[in-house]
Amino acid sequence: MASDHSAVSFFETQPGTRGGITSWIFSTDHKRIGIMYLWGIMGFFIVGMLLGFLIRMELIAPGRDIMDQQTYNVMFTLHGVIMIFLVVIPSIPAAFGNIFLPIQIGAEDVSFPRLNNFSWWLYVAGASLALVSLFTGNGPPDTGWTFYVPFSSNVTTTNVDVAVMAVFILGFSSILTGLNFVTTLHRLRAPGMTWTRMPLFCWSLYATGWIQILATPVLGITVLLIFAERMLGVGLFDPAKGGDPILYQHLFWIYSHPAVYIMILPAMGVISDVLPVFARRDIFGYKMIAFSSVMIAFAGSLVWAHHMFTSGMSDTAVLVFSFLTFVVAIPSAIKIFNWVSTLYKGSIYTDPPLWFALAFIFLFSIGGLTGLILGSAGTDIHVHDTYFVVGHFHYVIFGGLGFGLFSAMHYWFPKIFGRMYNMRTAKIACVIIFTGFNILYFPMLIMGLQGMPRRYYDYLPQYTFGHQVSTVGSWILVAGLLLMFWNLLQGSLRGRKCSGNPWGGASLEWQIPSPPPHHNFVTDPVVDRGPYDFRGVERDDCR
Amino acid sequence: MTVVKDYTGAKLGMWLFLFTEILLFGGLFLLYAAYLHRYPADFHLAGKELNVVLGATNTVVLISSSWLMALSISALQQGRVEQSKKLLLGTLACAGMFLVIKYFEWSAKIHHGIYPDSPELLARPAGEVMFFGLYYLMTGLHGLHVILGGGVITYAYVLILKGRVTPQDFVFLENAGLYWHLVDLVWIYLFPLFYLIA
Repeated sequence: MASDHSAVSFFETQPGTRGGITSWIFSTDHKRIGIMYLWGIMGFFIVGMLLGFLIRMELIAPGRDIMDQQTYNVMFTLHGVIMIFLVVIPSIPAAFGNIFLPIQIGAEDVSFPRLNNFSWWLYVAGASLALVSLFTGNGPPDTGWTFYVPFSSNVTTTNVDVAVMAVFILGFSSILTGLNFVTTLHRLRAPGMTWTRMPLFCWSLYATGWIQILATPVLGITVLLIFAERMLGVGLFDPAKGGDPILYQHLFWIYSHPAVYIMILPAMGVISDVLPVFARRDIFGYKMIAFSSVMIAFAGSLVWAHHMFTSGMSDTAVLVFSFLTFVVAIPSAIKIFNWVSTLYKGSIYTDPPLWFALAFIFLFSIGGLTGLILGSAGTDIHVHDTYFVVGHFHYVIFGGLGFGLFSAMHYWFPKIFGRMYNMRTAKIACVIIFTGFNILYFPMLIMGLQGMPRRYYDYLPQYTFGHQVSTVGSWILVAGLLLMFWNLLQGSLRGRKCSGNPWGGASLEWQIPSPPPHHNFVTDPVVDRGPYDFRGVERDDCR
Repeated sequence: MTVVKDYTGAKLGMWLFLFTEILLFGGLFLLYAAYLHRYPADFHLAGKELNVVLGATNTVVLISSSWLMALSISALQQGRVEQSKKLLLGTLACAGMFLVIKYFEWSAKIHHGIYPDSPELLARPAGEVMFFGLYYLMTGLHGLHVILGGGVITYAYVLILKGRVTPQDFVFLENAGLYWHLVDLVWIYLFPLFYLIA
């Protein structure tokens, strides 16, 4: 490492301090916290992936294959809870947002560094509690990740109490991260870093932060109410006592629909950052992309009941929510068209981050279009609670957020580690993942249209072929993912060394050494150009 | 590197946190609205059973505590540290009084067999079950916030004693005050919704 005091990488012990494990777990350095989130998220991603793999194995043929019904219910519940609350919601904001948001706006850290460390501890506490719920009480929860009443309140005897407390704590962690980011973006932008000179990743985190602040508390109270129902038997959702279970669904989706925008918006921000760098031209429609992020956050908060078209709501409510759902499609489409226009007449470098970004655009488009079929009340009646929903959801969240996350991992990898992974292997992994993904999830869309219900342990013989194709796809997907993770791990340990700016990025994180030093900036940066102004920016070599 | 404290940022963060608190209670207010709409007559009858005198006393106590809190912040800003500390103790005393009165109210109701899932309550019309269910949940969650707020104020008091919150650096006390006013505000909505609905 360089002898210059200020250039010591944030991975190394800061000169004059003791170092060791406490310098990580009690660190208030946004980069260290981000890295710790990243490891946690990756670990749980692998667990969630294996659970998904086992679900697909069970579904390879009708009847019992490798597990009984109860185990199957537990498996899909855990797959959902782990993937949603421990992987997808924290993923890009908590990991890459923490590492890069302050650097991108020219700040030393987030507004509340100690609170940031506390958020991470809450994440650890929530994750531990989720693990505790597996091995205590009457076995792991089997309600599905939505915890619908009355099943979660007075039917199941499994360990729902501990699981919902885990969700409450994880929600709190998410709120504090969002609060920190919004305050940071308002208060700590460097001189010259105007709102329209921020990288679009920051804009997407700003919109995400607001949803985290405004929507997550509703999840908090919802899971607290489940807890109260189970402990005290208040009966607020119990028809026998005068309650209404539909109100639970409303409360749950008031959070959980905006939550899908917590998941997807940061990924959209990553794509908006990646495309211009590899197309070597300014992003098309900066202001519209930034505005559409805020628009999605706002409109996305008003569409929750489109999950409940078949619940017996009034037709007026169905019509209004269906209409609003179509409104949300507009800002998403604005982004897609602007991204494609950004590529037009660019001089494109086809490096791995771009491959994942292009896969994102393709898969997210399919996810978005299938979403319109679900958002339209008439067609939703037909496909409600079928594999069509499962397919749609995975196209949006895995195809969207997942590929956005992989793109972010490949894009910022040389910045975080100062090394480069094997580009060729990365591209091969991308193609395998993309292929496996489509073989896994596309048959779900078809089976859903044919009427295969979701969450079923067993199925009629006519669906056997679709399920088999899907299961084979899951093998390919898992192989691709393992190859990708192996390649990244290898790269972080033995990859070629890279200097500061291997992709020729123009935003601030590429102006500092790789890995970033403890103090982000030796001198306070003054910004006088946009984040995608590539005039005079060259790509550094990797050795 | 000198750390410059960002006052505006600290206050902004607190306000954002207050939004989350409002939405936390918002879920319960939503349930209240739905069930009031469904069972107006039962809510009317059940509301009559609550003790308006005790509820009104508690409202006065809590508003007074907010007033003392605001005075304490002003006192600290103007450099009157000792007075600020006394006013904080006054605020804490009010918080304690609120909890004691709440305790007597709750225990009287429980003594009469009215608590969630009690046979006495379940024998009543559905709307009353909902009313008292919400009563216990909402005032309970609010009571929890009074306890938490009391803890924050106590911590602020300790920080003043240690000289970490001073007339020059009072943002912690200001934020504690903001939090306390929110706790007060929630009660100002709860009081008419439960006690004056009849």
